[in-house]
This record gives sequence, structure tokens and C-alpha cells, in this order.
Amino acid sequence: MIPLSHFLTLGAVLFGLSIAGIFLNRKNIIIILMSIELMLLAVNMNFVAFSYFLDDTAGQVFVFFILTVAAAEAAIGLAILVVLFRTRGTINVGDLDQLQG
Amino acid sequence: MDLKLIIFWVFSLVLIGAAIGVITTRNPVQAALFLVLAFVNSSIIWMLMEAEFLAITLVLVYVGAVMVLFLFVVMMLDVNLVPLREGFTRYLPVGGLVAAAIVLQMILLIRVKWVDASQYAQPLPKPADYSNTEALGMAMYTDYLFQFEVAAVILLVAIIAAIALTMRRRPLTKYQRPAEQVLVQKADRLRVVQVNSEDNQNPAVMSNYAAAVPAVAPGDTSVDDAIDDATEQGAKP
Repeated sequence: MIPLSHFLTLGAVLFGLSIAGIFLNRKNIIIILMSIELMLLAVNMNFVAFSYFLDDTAGQVFVFFILTVAAAEAAIGLAILVVLFRTRGTINVGDLDQLQG
Repeated sequence: MDLKLIIFWVFSLVLIGAAIGVITTRNPVQAALFLVLAFVNSSIIWMLMEAEFLAITLVLVYVGAVMVLFLFVVMMLDVNLVPLREGFTRYLPVGGLVAAAIVLQMILLIRVKWVDASQYAQPLPKPADYSNTEALGMAMYTDYLFQFEVAAVILLVAIIAAIALTMRRRPLTKYQRPAEQVLVQKADRLRVVQVNSEDNQNPAVMSNYAAAVPAVAPGDTSVDDAIDDATEQGAKP
């Protein structure tokens, strides 16, 4: 039998790896988007684990909604990325300083 | 060590390796493929937790749609990869430190004595005729109906936003104008020209469609112009 802590630890490790991915690849928007997907996967892992161990369907329903929102986010993010590349010719975060931020 | 634990360890180690591959690889296409591997492995782990519907949905929706979208965009953009890698080693210590701190804190919280998740009661096995999809559908269409509708609206907004963002109008492209097409009158498209059918070579054929198509009398240039006008109006209503 697999204890709950195994699944939670796996989720925590995945979450930490995706945070490290955002830090390491902070110039590359595509990898940052992939890290966000990985982060949502880690959160979903926790939701499914608690849904299984508490015997409650609500956690899985919530995972379903997270998947929906993540798909919408990926679609809009990639659309913005395509428009950005078309207008600026780059996806380097360092070059995106038009707002003087 | 029973079989489920072995499966868990194998697939979670491959999952962590794939996640490391996503964040360290040089090539975005390889990163996308590593992410596919991560999704497939976590789908197996969700299967272990008896979330069959979500496991299959993860493979279908993520690997089948979202990751294909990622690969499509990555391959479509002609990205110069060299400047995107700068700062990788510079941010490696601080990134690793923050990530390690977060993971350590979460694991400590999971493993502390008074909320020890490893001592959590194992759930009872479901009966053989239990359907995860049915249970999820029952919950989604009764208790969470409103949220379900909102999710549908979010997807609709995503479709419209993605199309509206990426669509561009080229000046030379010809577009239909449906409103004007609907409003077009019979008189805009059709002009009945009276011709003397006796002058034609084959009066029996010509008289059949003289009303619909302007008959071309020999040497009658005004009828040719009428046909030109009609076709232009048809092309550009």
C-alpha cells in the first residue's frame, strides 16, 4: 500500500522543480509556460491524492476545472507568444522592455 | 514491497527525471517531449489513485492537444536559442536554493509528527461495479453544474481570444461580407434583357433561358457589358 505522504512528497518535488525551472529559464517564455504546466500538474497530484484518501469526488472535480483553465491559459499564452514574436521578432524576456518596467 | 509500490516508485522516478529534463534541456522541442513523458507518467500515478477518468483525460487533453499546441508553436517560431540560455548558470544557485527550501518545507509539513500523512488511513477498495467516470459525472452535473457551465464559458473565451489575437488581415486577401450577401436584392444580381429570339441561330434552345441568362445576340456589346456587371456584382456584393 502506498501511503499518502508518498504522493504529497512527489507533488512537492514536482512543484519545487517547476519553480527552479522558472528561475533557470527566465529568458525563455516557452520553458516558463511549460514550467507553469508542470506546477499545475503538481497541484493536481495533491488534489487527486486527497480525493483518493478522503474518498471524496470533489477533489477530482476540482482537478477537472484546473485542467480546463490550464488548457485555456496555454492556448491564450501561446497566442500571445505568437503575436509577440510576429511584432518584435524575439521571445527573449530581456528584450521586452517596452513598458520600461 | 508490493506491486503497487514498485509501480509508484518506477513511474514517479521517471516523472521526476522528465521534470528535470524539462527545466534543464537546451532545446524547447526536447523540453516539450519531456513534458509529454511527465504527463504520461503522472497519468499512470493517477491510475494508481483510482482516478481513471482524469488519468485518461490528462493523456487525451494534455498530450493530445496542449502539448501538440506547444510543439506547433515551438516549431513554428524561428527562435534563436543562444540568448535564451544566458543566465542559466548565474541563476542556478538561487533557483536551486529557493526550490530546495520550498520542497524541504513542504516535506517537513507532510512528515511532521502531528499531521503525519504517512499514517493516513488507507481507503477501502471500491466495489467491482464502481465507475469513476459515473461518479465524477454525477458530481459534475448536480453539485457543480454552475461551475461546469463557467468552465465551458472559459473555454469559449479562450477560443475567441486565441483566434482574435493571432488573426491578421492581409490587405490583398478577399473576404466575404455576409451581411451584404444576405441583403442582396434580385435586381442587384439579375437584369432581364429583351432580345429578339428570331435572330438567333437556334431559337428553340435560346428561348428556354432567355429570361434567366442574358442572351448574347451577335454583335450586341451591351449584353456583354451586362454580363460583366452581373459577375462583378456577384463577386463583390
